[in-house]
Amino acid sequence: MSSSDVLAPAFVAPTRYRGAFGRLYRSEVRLILGRRRNVAMLVVLSIVPLLIGIAVKVSTPRGGDGPQFLGQITGNGLFLVFTALTVGMPLFLPLVVGVVAGDSVAGEAGLGTLRYLLTVPVTRSRVLIVKTLGVLTFTATAVLVVGLMGILAGGILFGLHDVTLLSGDTVSLGNGLLRTLGVIAYVIVALFGLAAGGLFVSTLTENAIAAMATTVGIAVLSLLLDAVPQLSGLHPYLLTHNWLGFGELLRGQVDTGALLSWSGLHLAYAAVFLSLAWARLSTKDVTG
Amino acid sequence: MTATETSAAVRQGDAPPVPALRTHGLTRRFGHHLAVDDVSLLVPRGAVYGFLGPNGSGKTTTIRMLLGLLSADDGEVELLGQPMPRALARVLPRVGALIEGPAFHPYLTGAANLRRLDASDATADPATSSARIADALARVGLTAARGKKFRHYSLGMKQRLGLAAALLQPRDLLVLDEPTNGLDPQGTREVRNLIRELASDGTTVLVSSHLLAEIEQVATHVGIMSAGKLLRQGTLAEVLSDGAAVVRIATPDVEKTAALLQQLGLQGVQPDPARQELRARLGDAAPEEVARAVVTAGLRLRGLAVERPDLEDLFVALTGEGFDVLQ
Repeated sequence: MSSSDVLAPAFVAPTRYRGAFGRLYRSEVRLILGRRRNVAMLVVLSIVPLLIGIAVKVSTPRGGDGPQFLGQITGNGLFLVFTALTVGMPLFLPLVVGVVAGDSVAGEAGLGTLRYLLTVPVTRSRVLIVKTLGVLTFTATAVLVVGLMGILAGGILFGLHDVTLLSGDTVSLGNGLLRTLGVIAYVIVALFGLAAGGLFVSTLTENAIAAMATTVGIAVLSLLLDAVPQLSGLHPYLLTHNWLGFGELLRGQVDTGALLSWSGLHLAYAAVFLSLAWARLSTKDVTG
Repeated sequence: MTATETSAAVRQGDAPPVPALRTHGLTRRFGHHLAVDDVSLLVPRGAVYGFLGPNGSGKTTTIRMLLGLLSADDGEVELLGQPMPRALARVLPRVGALIEGPAFHPYLTGAANLRRLDASDATADPATSSARIADALARVGLTAARGKKFRHYSLGMKQRLGLAAALLQPRDLLVLDEPTNGLDPQGTREVRNLIRELASDGTTVLVSSHLLAEIEQVATHVGIMSAGKLLRQGTLAEVLSDGAAVVRIATPDVEKTAALLQQLGLQGVQPDPARQELRARLGDAAPEEVARAVVTAGLRLRGLAVERPDLEDLFVALTGEGFDVLQ
């Protein structure tokens, strides 16, 4: 037979509904945010600023030690956000992001729901896009939870005032809140690099726990390498090296160039990991 | 009119309808193991195709390749006349599938799991989603359990939910891998009726199973796999007639009758003087003619029966008696 179209009566492909991808995305977000484990992680994250705030409130202020910005909290509740993010960045936030990103594809492969998603069909590229957006949404939610709880707890415990920046300048509260939004956005972008790594790892296995552990392992490894002085040449390129770079936003003269180049590095990590994830998922044999 | 156009027109006139599913030389290796070896399936429109084979014979691997989950090392797949996996996004909305058992999110309810799948389907009308989910649940008898978490479902309920997922949208083709696995006799019966009902609505059904009695009751066509190869395929009657009918004659005159049968040209004559009976392959001979010949020869005839193998006999004859997984 020369061609199958000669014989085939015109096959009428079913029509796609408008907004179908939005529906899939909302379903993905519901799946992530509806899961008790993930909600529990968000609750724990929301407690972090509260705990720090209460601890600072009840203890006598001591200068010098403690995480960045800790000293400023008593003067301005807004600094609770920055302290909480500084505390959360090395461990809590990567852990939470690693769990959800590592689970994203591997979890569905392990349950077997991936094969049903693919035969609905959701094409493999769409699966990756919706999983990426889902993880990104969760990452943003996690950072926002810390940020909003920080503002709330800081405001209640210490009050929100005009902000004295690290450089000594004072800006209005409105300006300070705007900078806070910038800090939150920067942290989301920074964590996106790790989240993309988690997505890639997640396409490699059907074991969600292994994928989660490996993702968190990526962050830990990067932090370790960052702590070895002999590797200082490597440091600027490490995934985690500029994670706390958001402090730059709290100077009078913000070095936008540095912020952009750091964000660029995070996005480059994300691009590499997502390309790897796509290469893997688009050719993967789904046997689970 | 060019030559190609002419032949196209002619073909279109008397062409057989495009099969619901066709594969050609489908092959897949896992390392050195040839899991599926040169399989050419043909499932006509409207058929209920029983896809049979022992465990590990390559049925599920074949099904995974049909649906684009596994890539084939060699060969082609056409679903509803469209090439797979190229036309996957266009074709699969018309195909409902249950692949190697149901799989759902354990912490979601049955209904929420169906909502998740329906929301994933770009060709599903959001406006009718709730109604279609309720219909699908009702069709498999899960309405009462719709609000129960999937992890609390029994095996049979899980299987039913899998069927409900395959029925969320109107389908041209249903691919059901072991649909009655874990179901009680009532459930098995319901699935059988469901398959009949769907088939009478014009849906083509490919159902894999090793419950041969089940298949024999619903299938119009069968294909038998063993060790990665498709051994037999065709309508149920065709495949069953492959197994040679045997004539069994009860008579005290065993020796003489045996000689007579040989004269008549029957093959494989097995006299059994102890039981006073003998068996022979009937071949092209008509049983009534055999009976007449015996009686005309003055031999005493106590009974004559023709035994046709059922699907199970044929299946065992083709795929072997043993309990071992073939490699």
